[in-house]
Amino acid sequence: MKKEMNGRVWKFGHNVDTDHIIPTKYLISLDAMEQSTHCFENVRPEFGKKRRDGDILVAGRNFGCGSSRQAAPLVIKNRGIACIIAESYARLFLRNSVNLGLPLVILKDASRKINEGDEVTVDLLKGLVVNQTQGTSYETEKTPDFLMEIYENGGLEETIARKMAALKTEEGEMQS
Amino acid sequence: MGHTIAEKIMAAHCGRDEVHAGEFVNAKVDFIVGNESTSVLAIQGFRRLGCDRIFDKDRILILTDHSIPNNNVAAAEYNKICREFSKEFGLKFYEVGRVGICHVMVPDHGYVVPGDIVIGADSHTCTYGALGALSTGMGSTDMLYAMVFGEIWMQVPETMKVVLKGKVRPGVVGKDLILYVISKIGVEGANYKAIEFCGEALDDVSLSSRFTMANMVIEAGAKCCFFDPNPETLDYLTKRARRPYQVYTADADAKYCQVLELDVSDLEPQVALPSLPENAKPVSEVEKEHVRVDQVFFGSCTNGRVEDMRIAARILEGKKLADHVRMVVIPGSQEVYMESLKNGYIETMIEAGCAVCTPNCGPCGGRHMGVLAEGEVCLSTTARNFTGRMGHKDSFIYLSGPAVAAASAVAGYICSPEHV
Repeated sequence: MKKEMNGRVWKFGHNVDTDHIIPTKYLISLDAMEQSTHCFENVRPEFGKKRRDGDILVAGRNFGCGSSRQAAPLVIKNRGIACIIAESYARLFLRNSVNLGLPLVILKDASRKINEGDEVTVDLLKGLVVNQTQGTSYETEKTPDFLMEIYENGGLEETIARKMAALKTEEGEMQS
Repeated sequence: MGHTIAEKIMAAHCGRDEVHAGEFVNAKVDFIVGNESTSVLAIQGFRRLGCDRIFDKDRILILTDHSIPNNNVAAAEYNKICREFSKEFGLKFYEVGRVGICHVMVPDHGYVVPGDIVIGADSHTCTYGALGALSTGMGSTDMLYAMVFGEIWMQVPETMKVVLKGKVRPGVVGKDLILYVISKIGVEGANYKAIEFCGEALDDVSLSSRFTMANMVIEAGAKCCFFDPNPETLDYLTKRARRPYQVYTADADAKYCQVLELDVSDLEPQVALPSLPENAKPVSEVEKEHVRVDQVFFGSCTNGRVEDMRIAARILEGKKLADHVRMVVIPGSQEVYMESLKNGYIETMIEAGCAVCTPNCGPCGGRHMGVLAEGEVCLSTTARNFTGRMGHKDSFIYLSGPAVAAASAVAGYICSPEHV
């Protein structure tokens, strides 16, 4: 996972729900990239056309509230968003993002510190957010080690792959 | 220091004497449930990784409920993937005509018992907290991990105690209580936390109402919730439970992050205004606004049980829906459908002018059987009223319990059951 990123900010308010991120009607999809084109279509219709790879989302409290849909962080990731900075995250969204390896940063009062269109640099290891446009820098909340380890492993699916491989090796040794 | 119910259940599932709020653990899971909308991502991951085993075929269930009978080709493919995976690995598969909404089916078929850890790739998995299980929604990759290894990473939650005092008025049900609680704590009020519900007001709250309350704790962000099993719950379990179980109770000196005491003696039926579940107000206030409804949706994992159908049928008996209102009724399962049919509720509803559909999640997620057009207003017995959730982005969803929903369908605007 990339530890340092720099990008342009898309700013959102409080309680951005999973239907804002990806409406329920698009969850059943046979094409993940096509699905991601509907990201934020009801609340930020211009996002689909104007987003650029490496952009960063900034939001207030309770980002991603609502459903358990893994598609929510997945479409954000598939739209090229490098990371999210918010004041807090809903539990299921946080869980899914960790599992998918989408970096989440918790920054107190993020809404007041960063504006739409600002250029921001995030250093995940140092726990630092630098607002290049405003010339300010802030410390972020520390990500628990347990969650960092899942990130470091490349997400939960990668963890499963490693654990499966270890199990199979063990079984092979027992048979031989 | 004593322990909360969540701490006790989690300790028992990770081979420890005790665990404390905030710790991360790998916990054994007793049951895993998914729907077609989320399970397909798990199954695709399973195939991609070349997995060849599941931990226990009797403890995993994929219930297709969001898009059945298939409403388009993509849904047909999704349901086919679930069907084929279930057959291949020997999971019980309930076919269309036998299947219903997972959160109605799983407890009714005895798959979950008190003291369990249940995870579901669906946010409303918290429903089974009504039975005293630690039951919580997770993502598709979590489901995949748990299907293969029979365990999953979890953080031990802090617990909030919600004490409901007083005596609920006749006609006030679980939906009103939970909308009221959410309006007090907000949609983030219980984020990451467990909620223990207690207090004498619960004595008159039925198991069906408890399922509704547990179902909606996620709308305050909660991970899970717990109700102490009452005699009705124990009787239900005696008839249905597939496994022996242990009931966990909190220690008197357990540590709570918050204790919220609410006297609900004067509470009246609640209505949540668009577009967050925390926007609940007493129906007497909302009816002053004379909110005209185009559609009433009656059903879902929140309020699709027999008791809900009975409450609606009693109000609709001998009456007709307002000319401009369509009321879509979707029983939560075939069992609910059949019992409602035998009890005459379905006939009453059809006589009143309702459209009664086969069990599924219906328009709750804006997919089929009642999707909203631009500018339309829906009064819904579901759990969520987010912007655009049931159809057009500029449609409006109000939430209520079964009585207000049925009464409003007759009146044509949101009103108290007292007026019809």
